[in-house]
Amino acid sequence: MLPYIGRRILMMIPTLIVISFIIFVIIQLPPGDYLESYISELESQGESIDPAQIAALRAQYGLDEPFLVQYFTWATGMLHGDFGYSFEYGLPVSEVVGDRLFLTVVISIFTIVFTWMIAFPIGMYTATHQYSWGDYGLTLVGFLGLATPNFLLALVMLYFANVTFGISIGGLMDPEYLDADWSWDKFVSILQHLWIPVIVIGTSGTAAMIRRLRANLLDELHKPYVVTGRAKGVPPFKLLVKYPLRVSLNFFVADIGSMLPSIISGAEIVAVVLSLPTTGPILIAALQSQDMYLAGSFLMFLALLTVIGVLISDIALALLDPRIRLEGGRAA
Amino acid sequence: MRNDQVMEHYVSDKPFDPQSIEQLTPAQEKLYYASQWQLMWWGFKRHKLALFCGVLLVAMYLSILIAEVLAPYALKTRHTDYIYSPPQPVHLFHEGEFVGPFVYGWQQTLNMDKLIREYSENTSKVYPLSFFCRSDTYEFWGIWERDIHLFCAPEGATIFLLGTDRLGRDMLSRTIYGARISLTIGLIGIFISFVLGITLGGLAGYYGGWVDSSVQRVTEVIRSFPELPLWMALSAILPVTWSPLWVFFGITLILALLDWTGLARAVRSKLMALREEDYCMAAELMGARPSRVIRRHLLPGILSHLIASATLSIPAMILGETALSFLGLGLRPPITSWGVLLNEAQNINVVAIYPWLILPVVPVIIVILAFNFFGDGLRDAADPYKH
Repeated sequence: MLPYIGRRILMMIPTLIVISFIIFVIIQLPPGDYLESYISELESQGESIDPAQIAALRAQYGLDEPFLVQYFTWATGMLHGDFGYSFEYGLPVSEVVGDRLFLTVVISIFTIVFTWMIAFPIGMYTATHQYSWGDYGLTLVGFLGLATPNFLLALVMLYFANVTFGISIGGLMDPEYLDADWSWDKFVSILQHLWIPVIVIGTSGTAAMIRRLRANLLDELHKPYVVTGRAKGVPPFKLLVKYPLRVSLNFFVADIGSMLPSIISGAEIVAVVLSLPTTGPILIAALQSQDMYLAGSFLMFLALLTVIGVLISDIALALLDPRIRLEGGRAA
Repeated sequence: MRNDQVMEHYVSDKPFDPQSIEQLTPAQEKLYYASQWQLMWWGFKRHKLALFCGVLLVAMYLSILIAEVLAPYALKTRHTDYIYSPPQPVHLFHEGEFVGPFVYGWQQTLNMDKLIREYSENTSKVYPLSFFCRSDTYEFWGIWERDIHLFCAPEGATIFLLGTDRLGRDMLSRTIYGARISLTIGLIGIFISFVLGITLGGLAGYYGGWVDSSVQRVTEVIRSFPELPLWMALSAILPVTWSPLWVFFGITLILALLDWTGLARAVRSKLMALREEDYCMAAELMGARPSRVIRRHLLPGILSHLIASATLSIPAMILGETALSFLGLGLRPPITSWGVLLNEAQNINVVAIYPWLILPVVPVIIVILAFNFFGDGLRDAADPYKH
């Protein structure tokens, strides 16, 4: 088992290097840099700025260096926790990012748990009651969930929460806790606000997962060993849980990997609508103002989050299924 | 005692037909001689919902050809007297009498307490709708000047079936025009990602070895990105100075660049299986070049699967465009797409006061559902020899 995990972690390294390079290319691509847009903004307000001062700033942040040198400075800096400097905020990136990234992680984890809690029983029900009214109804609801854009669901929920409950559910905590230190009350307040984004982000993933679980379970349920079991008088529930469900569980775990990118994408756009203090709004702002290190680090963190998520799901899969462990061993 | 009477040997004198036992019924014959595509069509026809969705999609795509005629108003017509008008109801009966489809007069009053415009029906005035009537002029396909509309409000009346926006533009007309961009972006995008996916996946699957592993690595890296942030980053690159048309192509390209990986994987795994077939080796032994083997012998075998999976990934593109434009990072006015229309409904206050502004999401949901069901049906029919 350990060699497998080791190999798997080693495989992450080249992936991450390539990802960091692509991200750097992307954030470098727009013409000009932050200082240029900063200068033009100042000039439009009628202020002039000393060229010598600009040159000094340029030199300080290494904006004049060749592309590859800038990349290496950024990439090696990240290795010991220096993510560069946010021009917009006038702070090191790590200070801007910290809390927001943590909240993104919290929301993602809650969303995955929510997805499982909903998808698991529904998937089992629809597979065992194939072509019943319940199956058709739930499938239809699932399809609707799949087809409704996340941001719209967020808007609609905001609207109904406002109209029916008369509460504001935007944000991730009550306003009075915004700058407060971490306390039990703040935690409770976050939990109260958390359910909306979790439901909104989780819906499409849940729908997809229900469909996959149903398909996988149906495949298993039609296999001869199930028929044999039933003929020998195994109780229906045990017959479902003992083997078919365990086999389908593999897909379930493997799904974390493919779910994470879409959950994080969903979290971004929903965050904008619900004005959540996660990465979404700030990432857009950073991209638009060419605050390149901030935008780059955000993208890097989000990519890292998915890569680690895939790693966890792969390891869990290997724990569950010896075939994967052994196959991995042979390939290496 | 033995019976001496020997039975005479019977020989039939009918003409001999060696295939008489194996005679196929006409139905069987039809089945056995049918081409693969015919079998797929029969399989697909059984899937009623998919068939219905296919027809619906064809109708929607045809409607973008005649959007100008279907829309009651021209794209840029503004009704400055009717700003933020809610959807206007269409009636059939006036005071218990059947009149046919008509609208009442539409009155605006300013509510000075709440500082909003309020609209009400003036039931004393009845305006029957006219069909194939003359109204706003438009340039049909940008060439001919015409003014025929499928239906329009009579002189002195208005018809805002989905309400109007902050500039007094008819939402229904804008939604019909928006279908042009929103629907074609999916098709063009899928075409690009189809070409990319088939080429790269084909190379990987056919050659294997280092080609395969490098293509595999690239797809892995792309798939491990969360899509939306990457789309956002890429669309932030598009220069603000670009004309709307170029932005449209830029966004399409961005959507396609991240989408081809799924197709490439499908092509690769299918090709890997097919490559080992005897007919493929026969072609190679006869001196066919790889490109010919792939195109002539391998691709036809997997094309139906590819079309099905391409259909299933169109919705993601349409949703992607909608999401990007909604955030203000995708298409921008004057281009009209469903996402651009929804961009106006970004604010919760707007949604609370003018809820009809989120109506353009209805066609989005319908199209995406239709593509999903249609693609599901195609996928089930794609392999007619499965059973």
